[in-house]
Amino acid sequence: MYAQMVKTGVDHIQSKEEMSPEERAFQERVDADIKIEPKEWMPEAYRKTLVRQISQHAHSEIIGMQPEGNWITRAPTLERKAILLAKVQDEAGHGLYLYCAAETLGVTRDELMEQLNSGKAKYSSIFNYPTLTWADIGAIGWLVDGAAIMNQVPLQRCSYGPYSRAMIRICKEESFHQRQGYDIMMKLASGTPEQKQMAQDALNRWWWPSLMMFGPSDADSVHSAQSMRWKIKINSNDELRQKFVDQTVPQAEYLGLTVPDPDLTWNAERGHYDFGKIDWDEFYQVINGNGPCNRQRLRTRVKAYEEGRWVRDAADAYAAKKAARAKAQAA
Amino acid sequence: MAEQEALFEYLLRLGDNALILGHRLSEWCGHAPALEEDLALSNVALDLIGQTQLWLNLAGEVEGKGRDANNLAYLRDARDFRNVLLVEQPNGDFAVTMARQFYFDAWHYLLLRELMNSTDGRVAEIAAKGLKEVTYHLERSREWVVRLGDGTEESHERMQAALDDLWMFTGELFEADEVDQEMVRRGVGPDLGALREPWLGLMRATAEEATLTLPQPGWAQRGGKRGIHSEHLGYILADLQFLQRAYPNATW
Amino acid sequence: MTDKKEWPLWEVFIRSQHGLAHRHVGSLHAPDAEMAIMNARDVYTRRNEGVSIWVVRASDIAASSPSEKGPLFEPANSKVYRHPTFYEIPEELGHM
Repeated sequence: MYAQMVKTGVDHIQSKEEMSPEERAFQERVDADIKIEPKEWMPEAYRKTLVRQISQHAHSEIIGMQPEGNWITRAPTLERKAILLAKVQDEAGHGLYLYCAAETLGVTRDELMEQLNSGKAKYSSIFNYPTLTWADIGAIGWLVDGAAIMNQVPLQRCSYGPYSRAMIRICKEESFHQRQGYDIMMKLASGTPEQKQMAQDALNRWWWPSLMMFGPSDADSVHSAQSMRWKIKINSNDELRQKFVDQTVPQAEYLGLTVPDPDLTWNAERGHYDFGKIDWDEFYQVINGNGPCNRQRLRTRVKAYEEGRWVRDAADAYAAKKAARAKAQAA
Repeated sequence: MAEQEALFEYLLRLGDNALILGHRLSEWCGHAPALEEDLALSNVALDLIGQTQLWLNLAGEVEGKGRDANNLAYLRDARDFRNVLLVEQPNGDFAVTMARQFYFDAWHYLLLRELMNSTDGRVAEIAAKGLKEVTYHLERSREWVVRLGDGTEESHERMQAALDDLWMFTGELFEADEVDQEMVRRGVGPDLGALREPWLGLMRATAEEATLTLPQPGWAQRGGKRGIHSEHLGYILADLQFLQRAYPNATW
Repeated sequence: MTDKKEWPLWEVFIRSQHGLAHRHVGSLHAPDAEMAIMNARDVYTRRNEGVSIWVVRASDIAASSPSEKGPLFEPANSKVYRHPTFYEIPEELGHM
């Protein structure tokens, strides 16, 4: 997911009796699906968890611009170039909406950027993999955006007003992202043998990292339980992963591509696909900085931020001068 | 020069300018000074890619050999590209990108405004659509030139250096050759030379507001319109055309 | 965390069609009002959403305090006579 393994700072789920009157009133409003708005009373842990989750989500959007941006200048037709540019641009927009949502909780965008740039903040593991061929752009749209949508659609109903509204806007805009990815895959899968091979290779490389995106099983995680109680997490990781596999396997079959999992079988009894073991060791390595592109992604982000500083400063200085001139004129 | 041939050349110039500048701007996506600017630069790039499709499709139609915009964009070599040298110059820092943009937007605006009155209805139609977009491009690049010029000491220096460095590529914008003259004769396009004064007027006013010094008229680099480019174009095309060249006859 | 100055935050309001009121759509950062309007155009009208934009510095907005929600809004609940459904109109009169 775009926010993976978000910590809540709690060690157990409080019973109603353990809660203070404010906490109880807060929980009752959440239970009644009343949105929590900025400046209203909220438990400090709720606020902190939200900042962590929303900013991680925002960072993922921003870092996520890089693997796809890698192919903007090499897109194979003018239409594809425009579509990809519009999509990556949307991601900048989504990051922007999310940073703004986080800002309603009392942090600044600069602070959040600082956390990202210093390596302190996390972003989704998926964006630390390289885009090696054009088919990777198809696979990202199809699989990565597909996985993200699974999580984002329910989050439109989350308890925090600004986050929920940002998700509504994001979901509306993202509706074309997965389709354009699948559209690329369809073209490749029905193209020349080289193109088909390119598509299969992309599926091979992106399948497992996509499943990892949902994060390790959180059936026993107190953080997930707390987040679900607060309604800032709606479904469990396993639930979403299963839903993703069930939805995606037929799509792969339609393309005539093979999902790279020998253990993948339809389980009629469960009404779901069974799938093979995920290499969580790889996931933890990537999350902790050892993925193929972690250093490169971060370095690129820091570079853009630092090289933009004089521009931001100049615009600030100009605004101050202009305000001073207007004031002098009025006097 | 035959009429169709001249019109084809003329449309290639319009389309290639949009294509190459749109490509340069798309390189910024993800690297801009602020998220808001990532979105803004991408919008300009998207407008230009859209204009490219219109101009080059029309060029293909006029040529009558079955080539469309993709064909023309992805399968010509550098010598057959007709964009001005200015648009292929590297992005440099944000000041260079804005100087390039401002020089071009102002000219582009004046040109499209004239092309709206073209005797060729197809040209007039594309120009009318493009003019709305370019009016906004110009507003934005002008605002940035003013802010960077009259911002901090550092931004002032960078902006001045950018104006100076790119100045020699602006002369070509106003030099008419036989293709341009043919277009004037047929009422398709304007006298490019006549755009220079209004362009300079905008440059002077903006430079003054931005506390910048407009460079003195000097030697103009030229050649892009005839297919003699800077070294940069070859690398742009290496990126742009990679897939079409590596996998001939595939559809994407 | 940082002593560096950040572009101020602006709230963006967009009127989507003639006749409708401006509606809050989100926020953004910009150094001044002109850039805020341009940024709003680029950020919030990418899908043809607007015909008019307002921007307001977030710090210039005076807002009602959430803790006063009761005193501010609940009194209106009891004034049902302000709503048309409060009144019974004989059916034979038709629409009123």
